[in-house]
Amino acid sequence: MINLIRTRIIQGKQYISDIRKAEVKPPFRGFPFIKNNCSGCGQCIEACPSGAIEISPAEIDLGKCTFCGECERRCLDNGIEFSVLHKISADSREKLKITKDLGFQEFRYRAIIARKEIKKLFGRSLKLRSVSAGGCNGCEMELNACSNVNFDMGRFGIEIVASPKHADGIIITGPITENMTRALYDSYLCTTPDRILILMGACAISGGVFQAGSELNRDFISEYKPDLYIPGCPVHPLTFINGIIDFLGKK
Amino acid sequence: MFEWKRFNCSSLINRSEIPVVSLDDLRDDITNKVRLEDKRVLAFFGVKREEDTILYIVLGDDTISRLFIASAIFTKDIISYRSFTPEVPSLHLFEREFYEETGILPAGHPWLKPVRYGKSHRAVTGEMENYPFYSMDGEEVHEVAVGPVHAGVIEPGHFRFMCHGENVYHLEIQLGYQHRGIEKILIDKTNSASGKKIFFPQIAEKIAGDSAVAHTSVYAGVMEVLTGTAVTQKVMIIRTICLELERAAVHIGDLSAIFNDVGFLMGSSTFAALRTLIINTTLQICGSRFGMGLICAGGVNFDIGSELASKILNNVNYVQNKIEKLIPLTMLDQPSVLTRLEGTGTIDSHTARLIGMVGPAARASGVPIDIRTDYPSGMYRQYPARKVVLEKGDVFSRSYIRYVEMMHSFNYIKEQLGIIQGVQGARASSEITNRLPADSLALSMTEGWRGEIVHIAVTDSQNKLIRYKIKDPSFNNWWGLALAVRNNGVSDFPLCNKSFNLSYCGHDL
Repeated sequence: MINLIRTRIIQGKQYISDIRKAEVKPPFRGFPFIKNNCSGCGQCIEACPSGAIEISPAEIDLGKCTFCGECERRCLDNGIEFSVLHKISADSREKLKITKDLGFQEFRYRAIIARKEIKKLFGRSLKLRSVSAGGCNGCEMELNACSNVNFDMGRFGIEIVASPKHADGIIITGPITENMTRALYDSYLCTTPDRILILMGACAISGGVFQAGSELNRDFISEYKPDLYIPGCPVHPLTFINGIIDFLGKK
Repeated sequence: MFEWKRFNCSSLINRSEIPVVSLDDLRDDITNKVRLEDKRVLAFFGVKREEDTILYIVLGDDTISRLFIASAIFTKDIISYRSFTPEVPSLHLFEREFYEETGILPAGHPWLKPVRYGKSHRAVTGEMENYPFYSMDGEEVHEVAVGPVHAGVIEPGHFRFMCHGENVYHLEIQLGYQHRGIEKILIDKTNSASGKKIFFPQIAEKIAGDSAVAHTSVYAGVMEVLTGTAVTQKVMIIRTICLELERAAVHIGDLSAIFNDVGFLMGSSTFAALRTLIINTTLQICGSRFGMGLICAGGVNFDIGSELASKILNNVNYVQNKIEKLIPLTMLDQPSVLTRLEGTGTIDSHTARLIGMVGPAARASGVPIDIRTDYPSGMYRQYPARKVVLEKGDVFSRSYIRYVEMMHSFNYIKEQLGIIQGVQGARASSEITNRLPADSLALSMTEGWRGEIVHIAVTDSQNKLIRYKIKDPSFNNWWGLALAVRNNGVSDFPLCNKSFNLSYCGHDL
């Protein structure tokens, strides 16, 4: 008993006191800025492992981006700059496409429009189930980290539950393999009828680096409309938690 | 008998130098080498050549750090051969994989269960949902089915327990849910590249995201051997520091998870918080908590300057001191924790060796194999790593070995940080642009936190990549988990599972 108290004292205070204001240190790669000096050399397109970039007009699709930073390093005009800004979730696929000169404030302003009924139903308690469908264990471990003592997502009433039958919605990680499709449908349809669908990470949103893979089956995504897209590779816990808080319309 | 082609880890082989032998000779010789000379099977895979299939086998001799390769050819009319598994049990999964990928039947194989149920292998494997599991009948006998979606946030896999009361008689593990076809994606991407860019670390990082640095350094090793790209000492140091940080971070996280599984939440939360510090250190180096984006062709994308080096040193010292204080207070001082760990899920060293287990799980069972010391490459050649071997092979050993290994990792990182100053040249000067050599084979391997990772690339006469074989340590160890839970309580399964902490996607690729 004494030793447990000593452990507690050695551990000290671990939680991040203000999740909304917490910052990630460089060289973390978050929201990318596309500057107005692109000469169209195409280095970025060749560098991108997941086909996330277009140059006419210039655009980075955060739903495909793996945040490897290869385009930033290779650009001959220094036209791409990844910042440490980590609040990059959005409620539609289109909003994830970052265009030239798009400022972060402007992106944030329209990225997630909090819906009234969502706030009313889930604002104080949201129970989610994760389904990994080909995920590399990166996003899965980050999702676990959201509930640890540092990030402590539970303080906002957001929790990962053990069964889809206890859940208000599903979080998908991974590019959705053919072999997981049935289990994914089953899990999704087990949740409450007012279910929420969240896609976590580049793989889930677009297939990521696996887009061309012949072993995937992404019919599920075209059949059911996702409510929230959380980009990253893997998603940083602060991106995840802040994305959900915005989605729930909390302050 | 015939002469195997001897080679070193990280050397380029011309495929014409590899002996082609008859299957019977191969079987006899492998049996002798594995049984009598203590060699191990590191790879066993098929490569298509027009209508023929070439089987490549790589053996390793841990005591002299040498690798041996030989091959056999199956012309299109050979649809079956006598299985090697009855003589060499550690080949059982390799042969199942070979059958699934080529359709050539290893006759007499004791259990030809499909490995991954890939879409492209349906003709051989059949549908995943119709697979006939083993089952058990009798009074007070029951079965427990778990997964593929689990209660925790983990990857998918299905476990079928055959129990008598609380006692597990047998566990059948069904995997394949994670199969993404990553080997094929890598090959297609490399071959369709415009000739400028043939290096895709972003794909190698996702072979198993928890071993991103390990898999990507092995992938880089293979590509660097193929293209003859030299790597500077500083690059080796930075890759090694990040590899050891990865090892330490996962080991801490696993102790946390093991405490969680015995219901000791204080220990669990304490170690989870310490892991955060280590992965945040990796983030300070390369911008990702898992080391993604660190490794590029022939180099690393991020340098470690003196300021960053002292930050890393501080963090490592801080975490190491805390763990040194906390392990005696939590794990070793709590009888309720120890009773759950000791004597649970035991694998003896004979079994571990027989079924070809690797990594800390094998070392905890007294099998002394560690690629860092047995086949040292990079920094491990000049600065040897410490090999840790325990005897008992129970959950406690597999947990305790993590504690000891992470301490060695911290010391190793500190040693590397001591020499990094004054060494120049981190960033690769250019992208790998060389074409691949024709008719070649390259092998690279390293000890990830989970065990040995082996990658092999094979090219054809048109300088195209025709096979990229990846062997994650999970491939060797899943069967070990199935054997470990026999005659244990069902409730001890989570403990056994976590003490192995195997990768689903690393197995399913």
